[in-house]
Amino acid sequence: MLEVRELSKAFGGLKAVDKASLDVAEGEIVGLIGPNGAGKTTLFAAIAGFHTPDSGRIAFAGHDITGLAPHQVCAAGMVRTFQITQPFARISVRENIMVGAYFRTADRREAMHLAEAVAARVGMTSQLDRQGSDLTVAGRKRLELARALATRPRLLLLDEVMAGLNPTEIAEIVEVIREIRTAGVTILLIEHVMQAVTSLAERVYVLNQGRMIAEGTPAAIAENPEVVEAYLGHGAAKVLRA
Amino acid sequence: MRNAALAAALLAALVYPLLVPNYLITVGMLMFFTAFIGQSWNVSGGFAGQTSFGHAVFFGVGAYTSTILHVSYGWNPWLAWPVATAMGGLVGAGIAFLSFRAGLRGSYFALITLAFAEVFRIVANSAGFTRGGLGMLIKADSRFENFQFATPIAPYYLALALCLVSLAIAWWLTRSRFGARLVAIRENEDAARALGIDVFAEKVKVLTLSGAMCAAGGTFYAQKYLYIDPSIAFGIDKSVEMLLVTMVGGAGTIFGPLIGSIALTTINELTRNAASVFPALKNVQPLSLVVYGAMLILIVARLPDGFASLLKRRHA
Repeated sequence: MLEVRELSKAFGGLKAVDKASLDVAEGEIVGLIGPNGAGKTTLFAAIAGFHTPDSGRIAFAGHDITGLAPHQVCAAGMVRTFQITQPFARISVRENIMVGAYFRTADRREAMHLAEAVAARVGMTSQLDRQGSDLTVAGRKRLELARALATRPRLLLLDEVMAGLNPTEIAEIVEVIREIRTAGVTILLIEHVMQAVTSLAERVYVLNQGRMIAEGTPAAIAENPEVVEAYLGHGAAKVLRA
Repeated sequence: MRNAALAAALLAALVYPLLVPNYLITVGMLMFFTAFIGQSWNVSGGFAGQTSFGHAVFFGVGAYTSTILHVSYGWNPWLAWPVATAMGGLVGAGIAFLSFRAGLRGSYFALITLAFAEVFRIVANSAGFTRGGLGMLIKADSRFENFQFATPIAPYYLALALCLVSLAIAWWLTRSRFGARLVAIRENEDAARALGIDVFAEKVKVLTLSGAMCAAGGTFYAQKYLYIDPSIAFGIDKSVEMLLVTMVGGAGTIFGPLIGSIALTTINELTRNAASVFPALKNVQPLSLVVYGAMLILIVARLPDGFASLLKRRHA
């Protein structure tokens, strides 16, 4: 469904993403992990149209979407959330989600119904009338998810929706993400919370210093010496094995 | 309750000029007129968050377009009015296209609008077709079919009608997809883009609407006072006035510009004659600006969402 080929993006002299490739098949939950500064968010931003890649190709559902603007990518059926949550602060949660819902309908009543239905799916029904700025971290993360979901995407790009949450909140949102997938939405997620990645993702890609260094099941990835070294430093794999 | 209050206010506005002397009718006309051009600012500056320091550019384009068509080409001003309105929309689209294509946001956009207004002022000051700094005089012929008025009552009702139209537009923005998108852009442009909003296109649209509204106000002004010159039409005063009434009343709210306009017009009228009552104030002129300034500081510090937020708080 999503095909990224040899994508590169540099900022000045820094190669944030260097010839990275990945594939996501319809119905999958795929994880993208890597140490801080590995280029995960940059890769996401490039896929979603926020950065124009320097080279490489992105295809979504059979169409080349390289270099399209974010709203065109959204129209194609792919939508991203933000690691640093970006709520519309001075409007209510309902209105926040309606902005996403308006992508599919111009009718106010319909957008409102859709927003309320989505809120129920992510467990925000009781917070519909609160202002975007009044939400807790967990609430904001859910709101990111809800707004994106309201555009009725086929593929969701989730950027660290669990960062900063406590274990109970993580367990809840893992459940929500599972249900979203069951409803037919494919998911690509960046995550640092390994417990969540292992329990959610079927396949995991590992990005380090802009390069894709490994791909496989969560279990296989955890055994991969190159991955261990990327996180713990050169020679770490040998030390651990000894 | 709310609807009853609005109906009562509308009724009061309708009978008001039948009960008060001419001077107060004109004050009322000014309130509604300023509320109207304030609302044109509010549409782009309040709802969409695209703060402009140079809205006079649209006001001036409207005033000059209709006046040139009328004075130099003999058009009936009523016919020139829609053309002037369209011209304001066109200039709005043009300025938006140039500024937003270049990625200008926030204070940079505010400054570029100020620059545009200044460029238009200087051009109007030196070009032949605007009669330069002399300004343009519309020959007095106080007939309604001439868009001129013998009594203050007719312009009062016209200003009231304009104000009602602008309120309807603002109301529509609070209920429509277009309005929701504007607010999303104001609150967070990146999130708006991610959710499928073509931010550039929406910004061009809103500045087109705002420019058209403001230009309609420019024509009304020219026909009411029968004289315009570059500083009246394109001067910073008008830009500040539109911004000020909206900020004071409540940016991004339906009634903000009207509330702000009522407050500021009242202050303006009260302070105008203050020096004759308190001779000590004779050297502080114009006093209204001093009061505006103090008021703006208080509003920004204590009531950043304007007077309208007081009403809302009581509602909740």
